[in-house]
Amino acid sequence: MSPALIETRKVTKILGGIVPVTLVQDITLSIMPREFIAITGPSGSGKSSLLYLLGLLDLPTSGDVLIDGRSTTTMTEAERAEVRLSRLGFVFQFHFLLPEFSITENVALPMRALARLSPRAITARAEELLASLGLGDHRHKTPDQLSGGQRQRVAVARALANDPPVILADEPTGSLDSAATTQVFGILKELVAQRGKTVVAVTHDLNLASQMKRRIRIIDGRLAGDELIAASNAPS
Amino acid sequence: MNLILTIAWTHVRYRARQTLVAILGVMTGVGFSIMMAAMMEGSQDDFIKTLVDALPHISVTDELRQPTRQPAEMTYAAAEFHGLTPEVRRPGIKNPFATIASLQTWVAGALTPSVQSKAVLRFAGRNLTVSIIGIDPRTEADVSNLATHMKLGTLKSLYRSSNAILLGDRLANKIGARVNSNITLASAEGATMSSTVVGTFHSGFRATDETTGYVLLKTAQILEKQTGIVNEIRVRTSDPMQARLISERIGEQTGYKSISWQEAQEDLLSAITLRNVLMYTIVGAILLVASFGTYNIISTITHEKTRDIAILKSLGFGTGPSGPFSSLRRCWSVSSAQPLAGCSAISSPGGWHRWNSRRRFPIITICRCSTRPSIICWRPASRCFRA
Repeated sequence: MSPALIETRKVTKILGGIVPVTLVQDITLSIMPREFIAITGPSGSGKSSLLYLLGLLDLPTSGDVLIDGRSTTTMTEAERAEVRLSRLGFVFQFHFLLPEFSITENVALPMRALARLSPRAITARAEELLASLGLGDHRHKTPDQLSGGQRQRVAVARALANDPPVILADEPTGSLDSAATTQVFGILKELVAQRGKTVVAVTHDLNLASQMKRRIRIIDGRLAGDELIAASNAPS
Repeated sequence: MNLILTIAWTHVRYRARQTLVAILGVMTGVGFSIMMAAMMEGSQDDFIKTLVDALPHISVTDELRQPTRQPAEMTYAAAEFHGLTPEVRRPGIKNPFATIASLQTWVAGALTPSVQSKAVLRFAGRNLTVSIIGIDPRTEADVSNLATHMKLGTLKSLYRSSNAILLGDRLANKIGARVNSNITLASAEGATMSSTVVGTFHSGFRATDETTGYVLLKTAQILEKQTGIVNEIRVRTSDPMQARLISERIGEQTGYKSISWQEAQEDLLSAITLRNVLMYTIVGAILLVASFGTYNIISTITHEKTRDIAILKSLGFGTGPSGPFSSLRRCWSVSSAQPLAGCSAISSPGGWHRWNSRRRFPIITICRCSTRPSIICWRPASRCFRA
């Protein structure tokens, strides 16, 4: 069995204050390559908090998060940033594209930050990614010239820019209509099926969750279930 | 271009109007503060030039600061004297020209000997007590503005006739004397001479114009009945503000009483100090208002950009030297533009002149204006880091 891409070991996150709030408690799980995982649970159960811990956007109060077998709690902020840049891609409920930049520039930003490709190659790859998501004709437009579904597809392209093995999505279809939801979810499916990515998506939509391979259920910050879903619904 | 600079530049370009307004606002504030400093400094210069330069900056007289020590005082720790008659001293500064030559080796400025005398002026049946000042016309112009105050005649006119005199215009009007009038001078020493009016002057000081006459050194010495007497050395320093220090050093060197214009006119100095306090208060108020404006703008922009910064962070941009904090960069780029823009905004007519002639205050102001935006930017920038 191939090693886990992301692994959590008794991860707990408590928000300090006059009354401490436990967001995530003692969660241990492994995320393997090519998995399509749904994190579900009621509002305020700690789904997004868990996703942020998996994505190194937040530090656990106790426990550890391992990426490619490396502990991240001992890493410096710069090292964690490097891991985020090269190993993880994020898609949020809202697209969060920078309005001042064209969508090509938005997609190119992570590549420019990583600086592994030449500027020309970066632009070419950004345009290729946009074209592969059906946005080739819009590459010179700014985010405010696109529809919600298109913007979310640009956000997916940006997450894929540095070809990370894991895409973390926080309610990626939460702000979209049904048509756009189908379209964006289809893209996420394709990422797993055709590009071999691992997608971890937080969602409320049980219908979408049922189409994923694995469902992690969180209630009150605790792991309430971790189950594989019937293969008929999941991508091959 | 560097990625961070690209992001920063794109933000600045995208919000051209906001950037322009921010720069204009700060530029105006900085410009006005520099202009105020330049104007106040210039006006102080003029003030000093008008009032202080009208007279010599330092006056060394033949008086002693301390009375002559008695032999008993030198022998005993404490001595009390009764009915002491001080020794009569020969008036005047000893070896005046040697003293002047010695002072000229280190005093930055000009020196001239003069004789101060009192006399009764008689003309057309009127008797007036006047101050007679014996001067050397060749060096007088270097230490006072008398040459520029002449209304009729020149300083050289004193050579025109024997016992020539220049009268203050008010004095001349008071007694009805005109150029070429013959007046009689009777000194306290008992010397009497007939003198010819060869010119009049107007210094602007009423007391001087009503009671003063200038004669040649030799004429004044005759009135004092003492050949070669010089009882005052007048000094004009290159930097009037240094007069006090130079005066103290002259006093130590010569042993004579040396009075700088600051000592003579302490009220004037306190007025100048008050002006400076006012100036800094006003400039400080302008900077404070501009600072609040700048802080508001930068704080708002940073607040708007907090989400973008968080997104960039999620993409993998770090907090290290290569971090993405374009808002911080933008703050700094706006900051660096401020002093330059502010300097170019100095538009007071005398501003550039003062700028060139005395750089002290404008340079202080520029330093202040340069550091201020950095301080203002620090808080929003640190908020970016925590975003």
